[in-house]
Amino acid sequence: MAQAATQTIVSAPRQKAWFLRFDLWTSGIILVAVLAAVPVLTVVWLAFTPGDDIWQHLTSTVLPDYIKTTLTLMLGVGLGTIVLGVGSGWLVTMCRFPGKRIFEWALLLPMAMPAYVIAYVYTDILEYAGPIQNTLRDIFEWQTKRDYWFPEIRSVGGATAMLTLVLYPYVYMLSRAAFLEQSVCVLEASRVLGRGPWRSFFSVALPLARPAIVIGVSLVLMETLNDFGTVDFFAVNTFTLGIFDVWMNMNNVAGAAKLATLLLAFVMVLVLAERFARRKQRFHNTNSKYNDLPGYRLTGNKAFLATSGCLAIIFLGFILPCAVLVSLAISHFDDAANEVVFDHAVNSVMLSSLTAFLAVVIAIFMAYGVRIRGGKILSSMARLASMGYAVPGSVLAVGVMYVLGNVDNSIDAAMRDTFGISTGLLFSGTIAAVTFGYLVRFLALSFGTVEASLAKVTPSMDGASRSLGHGPFSTMRKIHVPLIRSSVLTASMLVFVDCMKELPLTTILRPFNFETLATFVHQYASDEQLGEASLAALGIVGFGIIPVIVLSFAIARSRPGHIGKGGAT
Amino acid sequence: MNTKRHLRGIAAIVGCITFTSAALAAQEVNLYSERQPFLISPLLKAFTDDSGIKVNMVYINKGMQERLKSEAANSPADAVLTSDIGNLHNLVKAGLVQPVTSRILETNIPSQYRHPDGLWYGLTMRARIIYAHKQRVKPGEINSYEDLAGPHMKNRVCVRSGKHMYNISLLASVVANKGEAGAEQWAKGLKANLGRKPQGNDRAQVKAVFEGVCDVALGNTYYMGKMATNEKSPEQKDWAAAVNVIFPNQGDRGTHVNISGGAVTKSAKNKDNAILLLEFLSSAQAQKIYAELNFEYPVKAGVKRHPLVASWGDFKADQTNLAKIAEQRTTASKIMDKVAFNN
Repeated sequence: MAQAATQTIVSAPRQKAWFLRFDLWTSGIILVAVLAAVPVLTVVWLAFTPGDDIWQHLTSTVLPDYIKTTLTLMLGVGLGTIVLGVGSGWLVTMCRFPGKRIFEWALLLPMAMPAYVIAYVYTDILEYAGPIQNTLRDIFEWQTKRDYWFPEIRSVGGATAMLTLVLYPYVYMLSRAAFLEQSVCVLEASRVLGRGPWRSFFSVALPLARPAIVIGVSLVLMETLNDFGTVDFFAVNTFTLGIFDVWMNMNNVAGAAKLATLLLAFVMVLVLAERFARRKQRFHNTNSKYNDLPGYRLTGNKAFLATSGCLAIIFLGFILPCAVLVSLAISHFDDAANEVVFDHAVNSVMLSSLTAFLAVVIAIFMAYGVRIRGGKILSSMARLASMGYAVPGSVLAVGVMYVLGNVDNSIDAAMRDTFGISTGLLFSGTIAAVTFGYLVRFLALSFGTVEASLAKVTPSMDGASRSLGHGPFSTMRKIHVPLIRSSVLTASMLVFVDCMKELPLTTILRPFNFETLATFVHQYASDEQLGEASLAALGIVGFGIIPVIVLSFAIARSRPGHIGKGGAT
Repeated sequence: MNTKRHLRGIAAIVGCITFTSAALAAQEVNLYSERQPFLISPLLKAFTDDSGIKVNMVYINKGMQERLKSEAANSPADAVLTSDIGNLHNLVKAGLVQPVTSRILETNIPSQYRHPDGLWYGLTMRARIIYAHKQRVKPGEINSYEDLAGPHMKNRVCVRSGKHMYNISLLASVVANKGEAGAEQWAKGLKANLGRKPQGNDRAQVKAVFEGVCDVALGNTYYMGKMATNEKSPEQKDWAAAVNVIFPNQGDRGTHVNISGGAVTKSAKNKDNAILLLEFLSSAQAQKIYAELNFEYPVKAGVKRHPLVASWGDFKADQTNLAKIAEQRTTASKIMDKVAFNN
């Protein structure tokens, strides 16, 4: 009810032919949704193809453990990333303390680090023969493993720590963008009404940022569900590991698809539950007054805690693993330095930028189309297009391959019949196939980010623009896109960095003789030859960092009302 | 008229593409490989130098079977390489490879390492052996896989994930030899003796023995060679030096062996080149590269093993048909679940 009232913006003053209005937005969204959903639905379809029945075996043996382990991991990583991400996001946005200006962007750095790389690095440092336990043994003169207790890195706890360290930036970035987009007025009102900074944070800023935080955390949780490298290396029995086990060891792709479908259903229930929980809430900023952010000045112990806390996160998630990689790259320079690494870097950057651009354009189109056309059908279509993120990459790749293979072989058959020529495979095993796979997988990232931000723009803006004679496209371009610029940048950055790290889709869908930095790193790292892979791993991080830093500045600058103020806070 | 011209244009372009790829086809072979590029590129380079045939490769460690299936008859792949018998067997069952007859392949590769109808050919052999600490394990204490499950080994055994294909294949060979119940019994006993939760790869197990976490470990033969000669990470030499190599079950069925192998796809457009590639990989020149670079056992008789590998002497290999072992992989995987091996 309330939704219809706030979200539907009716009757453009400049009349266009009805079919044009219908075609562009409605059919465009439906087309995108269908294209993005077909690979996922193919996986669901695969689940119903005949195969050995595995349910009885799984439920009576490992399934309960898979579920317990997965839920434990999700809970741990979810809480960990909320504490680190929202906490640091609030600190650097609203408070002033030494190092704040550096932390603003440096806190994003760990997201460029692939989780499995950091897992290898920490295992070397923390395991029995690693430097830390060796030093402890020397100091306390312990002889064997049985003389003392030390946390086991290759465990659920270890996996939680690794994933938290590299995934918290999702929550940090989105909550920071949300804090930046908040009007100070509401915070001032809260302070005037007698609430302190802490209570203002918990009762005003946090609830206002909730949609963004929820998106951040759901991205984190889906990344966690999809992680294969880390949990495989640590032998932590998650649901995803179970999917691969059924697929590879039991040679049962139908069974694996069944498990993947179950996982998908679970994720969708979570998403729906969250949407239901905030169904009556709207998050528009009604006032255009954007003063400088308050910038609570922290002093003494508080400043020290804030600085060392941020520093510790960055040190553990980025500086330490990078230092290890750099030292490996130096000691293995002859093996690691290779002119082909540069070619792989070019491939990675090109594919990732192309995908990021397309993902953002499509996301804006869809989010805006849903906004102006409204209706349950379109909004569920948009949801449908975001399902790919909830399916493990390798399984999704199978869906993509079956779809493209079918399309290619049908075109080929038709061309043979009509013209007597064979077109062969047009899409399968091409860059286009990889890009399509990336889009199916990462559309949720860009769409979720853009949609959340767009929801905060009050519909009265639309009304004003439209009544002044602008059509929907012009309104989108002149009003909405500038207003949500920071989220558009955030979305493109998220997709870019995730594509740089992406492994299973690239491996399975790629053309001949084609390597990205991630595939190159993985072939060595999976053999625990991190030395040979170190330079390329640094490449992923390095190329990932550049846009992270650039865009981080852009996000800071994009705060509404920032321009002309000569530097915020 | 316009449409017609467009169509003609498209047809011309498509024709060009088909023509050029056909023209190139004479000097190419397209390969889907499960073996890492850094392992096999020296071999592929030698093949190209030798024959003038260019090798295009995609390294796919998961999902190769699904890719071949989805591409169907139009698949560009001519040949596949796998690192385990299980995957060759699955490709045969899915009808994705075709029989090949070649005098050279049949001469180079002994019959137990190739499919009776030429649907796949084994190219290298490796054994799954026991690494035992030189001091902490007394001579004669461990002679068989069964000993690993004995009560005297409590808390002394390290193994990688029970779900890794090497351990699944080993357990499948126990199923093939001793039946499902016997295999479950063994897996249960092994699980009970583990010194730590299964984790890491084969090298990490030897490292754990070196560190004193365990006394014995299971691992493939070539890892010993890679560790003992590792100049880049010299600490691995110490790990290798701490252990003895034991070939289990010499008194009865023999040590479990597995193969890496290759096959020609059903869709192969460059079938002749694919056969040439497999023939080359089974030749003395290529087998020597496999032996020297990767410490694998050559399948071709008369090709020298790496001196280190040769120093372990000859051993009796389990003669059970490899395809029969591969048949038991699903059962083996389910047994691992039943005994909660990885928990």
